[in-house]
Amino acid sequence: MLSYIFAFMIAASVLCSVFLGTTKEMSDSLMSGAQQAVELIVTMSGMMCLWSGVMEVAKESRLTNALAKAFSPILRKLFPDVKKDSVAFECISMNVAANLLGLGNAATPLGLKAMKELKGDSTSVVATDAMITFVVMNTSSIQLLPTTIATMRSALGSDSPFDIVLCVWITSVVALALGLSVAKILCKRGEKVGANNAVRDSVCADIRAVQKG
Amino acid sequence: MPCAIAFVLIFGLCKRVNVFEAFVRGAKDGIKMLYNIAPTLIGLIVAVSMLKASGCLTLLSDTLSPLTEKIGFPSELLPMTLLRPVSGGGSTALLNQVLSDYGPDSFLGRCASVIAGSTETTFYATTLYYNSVGIKKIRHSLFASLVADFTAAVVAVVTVNLFFLQ
Repeated sequence: MLSYIFAFMIAASVLCSVFLGTTKEMSDSLMSGAQQAVELIVTMSGMMCLWSGVMEVAKESRLTNALAKAFSPILRKLFPDVKKDSVAFECISMNVAANLLGLGNAATPLGLKAMKELKGDSTSVVATDAMITFVVMNTSSIQLLPTTIATMRSALGSDSPFDIVLCVWITSVVALALGLSVAKILCKRGEKVGANNAVRDSVCADIRAVQKG
Repeated sequence: MPCAIAFVLIFGLCKRVNVFEAFVRGAKDGIKMLYNIAPTLIGLIVAVSMLKASGCLTLLSDTLSPLTEKIGFPSELLPMTLLRPVSGGGSTALLNQVLSDYGPDSFLGRCASVIAGSTETTFYATTLYYNSVGIKKIRHSLFASLVADFTAAVVAVVTVNLFFLQ
């Protein structure tokens, strides 16, 4: 996927620059872009290391577990089909806690384990309602402190890199709430269609039985 | 933010964790992470700065501006918003472009930061999670996730307007 995006971006720039007569600016940008990238990475490195150090302390002191416990009442409502003392539920809440703390490296393996637990012994290739809720949660960001973005902002000269936190919280919560509601509504509708199909199937079976008789 | 760091460190001490050792280990992981993302970021930031310098990015947002104006969404943010669910590295490169072009504390810079901070690489996560357990039919999962991404883009602009103008 990235190969296509990368090649497309470069090809589009070359094409555009020929038509718009900006070939010189574009070839200059090649050099300045590479330099800018390294500068950004170097300026970000201090803050990034500081944060991952602090987050490692959070992980070691099991802050994730405390957070997981705090959020389990909400999660219990969101996952009515998952038993609250099951391994699946534990994986889900730990995954959410890790995401909240911005521990992406810890969240992904937990998430994959949660999916495995949600699937259990079933051989079905169709996603269950709980799986959909869980994946939708993981495709929206639910981070308490958007550290990477803040680091990038301060590297590029922001006065107060964290002043967007409140906006990020409101935006994430509204987006996640809407995403989850859409998922829930469509799950319910799916059930109704499924139930109607079941009724239709049983009626058909009755008719066939009558015809045979 | 310093409060958050102090809180984590004191919480760690209370739980009898060797705080400094853990910190150093984590910081080492931070360096490793940067080492891992650096090549991707260099490649994509070069590509994006070429897009910008060639005039392609401006052309794209100008073409799309009639569409975005109707809902009051700044067209300069559209390329980043559209790439966000597809590629994390690509959208980071575009975020970097917006932040350095307009300034991180500008209206556009703030909107871009909020959008990037409240969304994820939807397609990547969806593929990863379902593939790992062999799910082929994902029903309305992707649709619901994209609704969330679209909402985030709109709400980000609204909240930044609310909190930072006047």
